[in-house]
Amino acid sequence: MTGPLNWFAQVVSIAVFNLRTMPQRVGSSATAMFGIAGVVAVMVGVLSIAQGILQTMQQSAAPENVVVLRSGSNSEMMSILLGDDVRYIAEAPGVARDENGALASPELYVIIDLPKKDSGTDANVPLRGVTRQAPAVHRDFRIVEGRMFEWGLNEVVVGVGARREFKGLELGSAIEVKGEQWPVVGVFEANGGVAEAEIWVDAAVLQPAYQRGNSFQAVYARLVSRDAFQEFKDALTSDPRLNVKPLRETDYYAEQSDTLYRLITTLGTLIAVIMGFGAVFGALNTMYTAVAARAREIATLRALGFHSGPVVISVLLESLLLALAGGVIGATLAWAVFDGFSASTLNWSSFSQLTFAFDVSVPLLIQGVVFALLIGFFGGLFPAVRAARQPIATALREQ
Amino acid sequence: MKYLYLVWSNLKRKKLRTILTILSILVAFLLFGLLGAIRQSFSQGVDVAGADRLIVRHKVTIAQLLPAAYEARIEQIEGVEEAVSQTWFGGVYQKPSNFFAQIPTEPAKFLEMYPEYLLDDAQREAWLKTRTGAIAGRAIADRFGWNVGDRIPINATIWTREDGSATWQFDLVGIYDGAQKGTDTTQFLFHYDYFDEGRRFGKGMVGWYVVRIADPDRAAEISAAIDAEFANSPAETKSEPEGAFLQAFANQIGDVGFIMMSIVAAVFFTILLVAGNTMAYAVRERTSELAVLKAIGFTDGGVLGLVLAESFILTLIGGAAGLGLAWTVVSAGDPTNGLLPMFYIPQRDLVTGIVLIGVMAFVAGILPALQARRLRVADALRR
Repeated sequence: MTGPLNWFAQVVSIAVFNLRTMPQRVGSSATAMFGIAGVVAVMVGVLSIAQGILQTMQQSAAPENVVVLRSGSNSEMMSILLGDDVRYIAEAPGVARDENGALASPELYVIIDLPKKDSGTDANVPLRGVTRQAPAVHRDFRIVEGRMFEWGLNEVVVGVGARREFKGLELGSAIEVKGEQWPVVGVFEANGGVAEAEIWVDAAVLQPAYQRGNSFQAVYARLVSRDAFQEFKDALTSDPRLNVKPLRETDYYAEQSDTLYRLITTLGTLIAVIMGFGAVFGALNTMYTAVAARAREIATLRALGFHSGPVVISVLLESLLLALAGGVIGATLAWAVFDGFSASTLNWSSFSQLTFAFDVSVPLLIQGVVFALLIGFFGGLFPAVRAARQPIATALREQ
Repeated sequence: MKYLYLVWSNLKRKKLRTILTILSILVAFLLFGLLGAIRQSFSQGVDVAGADRLIVRHKVTIAQLLPAAYEARIEQIEGVEEAVSQTWFGGVYQKPSNFFAQIPTEPAKFLEMYPEYLLDDAQREAWLKTRTGAIAGRAIADRFGWNVGDRIPINATIWTREDGSATWQFDLVGIYDGAQKGTDTTQFLFHYDYFDEGRRFGKGMVGWYVVRIADPDRAAEISAAIDAEFANSPAETKSEPEGAFLQAFANQIGDVGFIMMSIVAAVFFTILLVAGNTMAYAVRERTSELAVLKAIGFTDGGVLGLVLAESFILTLIGGAAGLGLAWTVVSAGDPTNGLLPMFYIPQRDLVTGIVLIGVMAFVAGILPALQARRLRVADALRR
């Protein structure tokens, strides 16, 4: 019997033989495996930070929602809109309406210092002044504890992320704004979005406290449909009374996280690649040792008529198998330790804190395992070729 | 020393294995160096903060402005030598992702406040004289390819001009260097007067003050005195030493130090496994030779020393090359193209690295070395 079937049978028999002898090399095999596991765990762990931030931003955006800023501003922190601007924007074509009027929410955005729970030092926590249509525009907004603040009173509700990360935001406590105590009366969720790091208050209460008169910083609005954006945008940008920049929420939030995402992904990839080289060296060492230890067996097989192709493949298979095991261990470890781990950081674009959860997503896990297999492939290739190339006579004579 | 040749020959026996082990150790120390630089960069220059400088900002948040008139009042407070205002301009150059600090300030006082910003005399004179003049740090000038004499347009995202336009023109009259490695050379500094006159709103308001005090030991007391001066006014202040301010700011980004240390620990643990395993293998392979050495008169301690020396040489070559490579890479500049200011390996980390080389060599070598020492000649030769 010749041909591919025979060839395949040879691969299987050598591979099985190799795997059976693996327990003899348990120390060095485990070293290579855990080495690869470490690389994958670090890579998946670091990239899950970037993924978590991206996820938070994407959760914040509703497809039919828009943000309107003063033109030239890159975030609401830097924007300013006057009372008249706000009215023109709400009246623009394409804005959805309900029984209370246009689904447009002019908002104020300021930051206050609150101590972070983990370090005890001050952090920039966003304080958002909202108007009555805000819960209808931000459809994910949901009170989960306590109650909504009373309009016109100096009460606040806090996001779950803000309560988790910063001191003094428990129900029943109060935040100090301009020498006044504003009680915390409720806790809200926003489907994991950016708003969960924020504190919300009635804009009409915030405006005088910050001497803002009747000005706002951004208008959030819900459009009748996703396709209404062009019409809405054209109406605003061609209106001579206005100097504003309308953006889809999806684009706005993507831009907000761009710098941070890029920074973490670049660094994470750099670290993973360098660690990957280290793991390749470790795997090479293991496989060279494995091949050297079996030099005589391999030579015997070849003397019996086995081809060199199956020898190469079988050594590669062993290396890939080790790498796969390492990759799966590393990915599982990263998932168990990091997934859902909550943290906060400073988002430079808004100059304020962003709370998020590490997100070990399925694509990241796959990416980790593929990376492990790559390490296994390069770690096995050269030893495999060496095994197949060794002159039979020399190898048989070797001790 | 006379056994060095013996150790060296042992390392040369399996050249490939030795090289691979050295390379994996190299990777560990390369990462150690790079992560040290990254962590340093995230620490926002806490290390080089002046002990005699305080930061005075709005009590609610630094994003709230303070009246420019506070400057004179701060300077009257006993123990204060000088106060200079700064403001966050927050503009962009060409495109929004070109992020760096632009700060309007009072040039003469600023240069006096920050002696670590080195500017040659001609450029200093030019900056003081030119109303639209600006100076840029070496790092940022290199990043955008700016030269002295260039006209640089910055688009404001906050401070629109009186005529409603957003573009401010600056004449680059100087490029400063840092006296220390940790000095931030990514800033772009220009005249407060030019800024205040040109802006549409917020006139007479500044972002924060940097205050120099005569005696750093009195920092707490003077901070309290400054805050008391403005208590119960519409703009209350919060004063703290520059180091504490920068530390709090670095903490806002998150515990980067902890994340970096976790990665380093994972890397070292992995490499230790690899190196330790290799050493153990090398000793097992040579059992009979070690027995012969003992038979011809080597003491137990001598054999232990030989194995440990091998481990030290391996780790030293790998570790030194790794740290050296990290140094070279870091000197070549920041890999994220400008997102990390102050990218360098602090001396502290280099020293730690050298200590770690010793620790790692010992930990990887000690078990095989003990094994070699315990070896009984008769048993080993019979195997």
